[in-house]
Amino acid sequence: MRPFVYEQPTDISAAVALASNFTTRDDQPTRANTQFIAGGTNLADHMKLGVAEPNRLLDLNRLEEQKLRHIRVTEDGIRFGALVRMGEAADHREVKERYPVIAESLRLAASGQIRNMASLAGNVLQRTRCEYFRETSWACNKRVPGSGCAAMDGFNRQHAVLGGSDACIATYHGDFAQALIALDAVVLTEGSRGARKIPFAKLHRQPGDTPHIETDLAADEIITAIEVPALPWGRRSLYLKIRDRESYAFALASAAVALDLDGETVREARIALGGVATVPWRASAAEEILQGKKLDDASAGAAADAAFAEAQPRQHNAFKIELGKRTLVRALLETRDMKV
Amino acid sequence: MDAAAPRPKENQGEPLPRVDARLKVTGQAHYPADLPAANIAYGALATSSIARGKVTKLRLDDARAVPGLLDIVTYGDMDKVDKPKFGNSGATSIGPLHDRTIFHDGQIIALAVAETFEAAEEAAQLIRAEYEEDRPTASFDSPGTKTVAAAGKSPMFKEDVKAGDFDAAFAAAAVKIDQRYSTPTQHHNPIELFSTTAYWQGDQLVVHEPSQNVTGWKVELARQLKMDPANVRIVSPFIGGAFGSKGPMTPRTAIVAVAAKRLGRPVRCVTSRMQAFGTQTYRAETRHRIRIGAGKDGRITAFAHEGWEVTSRPDLYVVGGTSATGRMYGYGSVLTHVSLVQADRNTPGYMRSPPETPYVYALENAMDEMAVALGMDPVEFRRINEPKTEPIGKKPFSSRSLIQCYDQAAEAFGWARRDPKIGAMRDGDWLIGMGCATAIYPTAVAPCAARVRLTVDGDVRLQCGSHEIGTGVRTVAGQMASERLGVAIDKISVEMGDSSLPPAPVSGGSISTASVCSAVLKACDAIRTKLFAAATAEGGPLAGSHNEEFELADGKIVAKSGASTKVEDVLKAMQVGAIEEYAEFAPKGATPEALKKLYAGTPEFHGGEQDEDSVKYAFGAEFVEVRINRYTKEIRVPRIVGAFAAGRIMNTRTARSQLMGGMIWGIGQALHEATEVDRRYARYVNRDLQDYLVPVNADIKDLQVILVPEIDHAVNPAGVKGLGELGNVGTAAAVASAVYHATGKRIRDLPIRIEQLLA
Repeated sequence: MRPFVYEQPTDISAAVALASNFTTRDDQPTRANTQFIAGGTNLADHMKLGVAEPNRLLDLNRLEEQKLRHIRVTEDGIRFGALVRMGEAADHREVKERYPVIAESLRLAASGQIRNMASLAGNVLQRTRCEYFRETSWACNKRVPGSGCAAMDGFNRQHAVLGGSDACIATYHGDFAQALIALDAVVLTEGSRGARKIPFAKLHRQPGDTPHIETDLAADEIITAIEVPALPWGRRSLYLKIRDRESYAFALASAAVALDLDGETVREARIALGGVATVPWRASAAEEILQGKKLDDASAGAAADAAFAEAQPRQHNAFKIELGKRTLVRALLETRDMKV
Repeated sequence: MDAAAPRPKENQGEPLPRVDARLKVTGQAHYPADLPAANIAYGALATSSIARGKVTKLRLDDARAVPGLLDIVTYGDMDKVDKPKFGNSGATSIGPLHDRTIFHDGQIIALAVAETFEAAEEAAQLIRAEYEEDRPTASFDSPGTKTVAAAGKSPMFKEDVKAGDFDAAFAAAAVKIDQRYSTPTQHHNPIELFSTTAYWQGDQLVVHEPSQNVTGWKVELARQLKMDPANVRIVSPFIGGAFGSKGPMTPRTAIVAVAAKRLGRPVRCVTSRMQAFGTQTYRAETRHRIRIGAGKDGRITAFAHEGWEVTSRPDLYVVGGTSATGRMYGYGSVLTHVSLVQADRNTPGYMRSPPETPYVYALENAMDEMAVALGMDPVEFRRINEPKTEPIGKKPFSSRSLIQCYDQAAEAFGWARRDPKIGAMRDGDWLIGMGCATAIYPTAVAPCAARVRLTVDGDVRLQCGSHEIGTGVRTVAGQMASERLGVAIDKISVEMGDSSLPPAPVSGGSISTASVCSAVLKACDAIRTKLFAAATAEGGPLAGSHNEEFELADGKIVAKSGASTKVEDVLKAMQVGAIEEYAEFAPKGATPEALKKLYAGTPEFHGGEQDEDSVKYAFGAEFVEVRINRYTKEIRVPRIVGAFAAGRIMNTRTARSQLMGGMIWGIGQALHEATEVDRRYARYVNRDLQDYLVPVNADIKDLQVILVPEIDHAVNPAGVKGLGELGNVGTAAAVASAVYHATGKRIRDLPIRIEQLLA
């Protein structure tokens, strides 16, 4: 690990000013010399591995704005402060009641220790777990632009079948983000160019030719809150995560589902898919298929087929298409059968 | 009594808590890398990123510029040191800094030494190698492998066992199967990272390193450094998980010792989790072809087991499990053959039940298939093929309680409730499957020395250069002394893990409890003899009585008649403050050289199938329930029951703990564990615990261990059969059997994953 400067700005504007001072407009947040750190559960690992090499860290944990640490429930929805820890949100009574899909996506992620450290904003910005990305001796376009992709024809069992490109098929492994994208969440940011509200669906970028550009954020921009709009039928929602072991593993496939039902007929469906795509993945085509239909094995299967219609398998991850479909079918039927 | 401390049955010892339990759980146990050392410098390894070729140039300038860098040990710096030897004390013959040839991914190319750990790591990362790269061979099916017969390539694998005329018997068999199985590369991944801390005191070298073999390492390290072994000391009082990975010494140890010599200060090198995959040993991937033929009555008439195993280019490591699988059942005829397949890989090595885990997995999966082919209950099929003598040499088993294990485990598991129809058992969307398999492990024992001192204050000091690798050997050795000397366990101090102690064999092959306890028994009995002699001498307190009529209890010598005297008073009468005995135990059948070899760090193993009078094995039976979701096919193991018979159980708590750990590992081998190899580059891909999966707590629900009473005086004086490796043999086959029962899919390649059930 290289020596680095460590600073603890005391408010948001100071943090932004520092970041703005030490970065340029062209800097990518993940590659800039100055980077923010909150829980550190991802960045500290990457610094040890040589994957991230910032020479200055701005620790956000001392920011005095208390709104960063609160979960606020109103008639308009829920507002999560950026520094709220995953564990707090997972255990929050009203979150569990109103949006089971959010609470479950958090509870099924990581370990108790990590959930107690990791911030919500940091969680949605976590980087891929691609083995070839995490070890610097491999070619990786995301880590070193233009160096190639060792995963493409390598061991790619955990890699994405949706949203990939010729440059990168690294999976976005987060769980919470799937719940957020399904629920039309909005991300609030502050930066040198002022405050912004970014639809969650616009926060992450598919790799395309520039897999090193992962989000819409500037290097001096901080997420301050995540807002989830009110959804009266959000109680009928769940997060289903399929993995190789019972706990503490990334999803091979997951589904975040919320359903508005009229009897067995779908008024509206919200669907996001995890473990199978390069970014948080809203399955709009599947939602459309279900709208106005009776939810049963057949319609759920049709929705799943639509969700994976564009899937592109590689050597070891082809099973994710079938598994992803089955995961979605099972999640839809289990959501339908929820007692709410 | 709770589940962790099973009530002892016949021939089973008390479930005493581990003597070092409190030290361990309160963080006071000092593992080798915890050693505080003044003026210590830190080393970090730089390793190759190719698997085959030559290092043409090393760029060291950036590394040398790191503030705090002290030294870089690399090519040329080890020239005065001899290359490592491959064997029980050496993991590989590759001297990574003796030669610029790269034999495998992750081979050491330099050691950076700095004032801080961070600076050393940074410098190591900045060492840039330029290579002349050759196309590497990754594994089976890769172009460029070389296949050789295994028999005779290892002293532990002398021959391909056979019996009768397999070809004729198989041709004539009414029911037969011919199937292939495979197991993947696996790495031990002990939680304690691999480390070496070395310092010099004049001509004396002291190395603190987690080791299962301090005597062997002392001799091998002295050989490499051209020193008198008396000037080398290996210290390893606590080991945070070993599983075979800390049995043979790796080339790193000598490199760190040289660095400490060059700097004139202690040097510590802790390898990273990632680097351990290339610098330590691992379980070789294996392939198997099994043919079984039987009559319609279920009696096996023909058994053939062929194995193929990956090894490195320079070293022929043999897994070789046919010695056990060829003797498991009453087969009639037996044919076996093992081949080694050389590739550009680091040298594999011992990993918990090294031969039995993969070979018995294949055998037991085949046995399950055969039971299906015969339409028989798999337990019944094994019962029918229970042998009177082993099929190769027609020798009796010293004891064999396999059927008792099956019966007790089946009863506890509720096997009778199993509906044999495929997919018949369900709970909502979850398919339920039940399966079983046999566990077997050879019972070996080796020469061992121990020193025991009984003082006038009633304290006992027990010294033995064995190793506490988590098995509880320190505790059971203390228990043996406690029992023989009539002294409470808290008055006994047990010293282990230091090559300056009386030598013990490598803690491998499940020999430690038997070997150490036999030596301790011998030392204690020598003390008893002296005490009894003094007590019964003319004028002594128990004069006129015979020795054999006494027991030692609560600090007293008690005669059958009820007369007693304090041990303290006997010592006083002898005018001594302590009695100390140094005992050297050599097993029955030991050669005249046996003790010399113990001191030389190359102990003889006896037992297993090598003895003239009988073959010696411990057995067990494991039953597994799996649940598989009918949509998404994830496999979970809500229940597992294992019953094991292993002669005298010294301590039911530590025995259960070891068997439980083995069973959990078996579940991991069935469902989780595999080191993935990028076949283009012959490089490991998932080199950390994020991607190398093992079971977590949530994966293990209801686990039951049954200790089946068994008495066997033939195995060794202590009557102990090793059980440290027994528990993870057969488990994966039991899981495969249960998966088949639930789904009708026979998975023959480990690990069993969702994609195989979706296919």
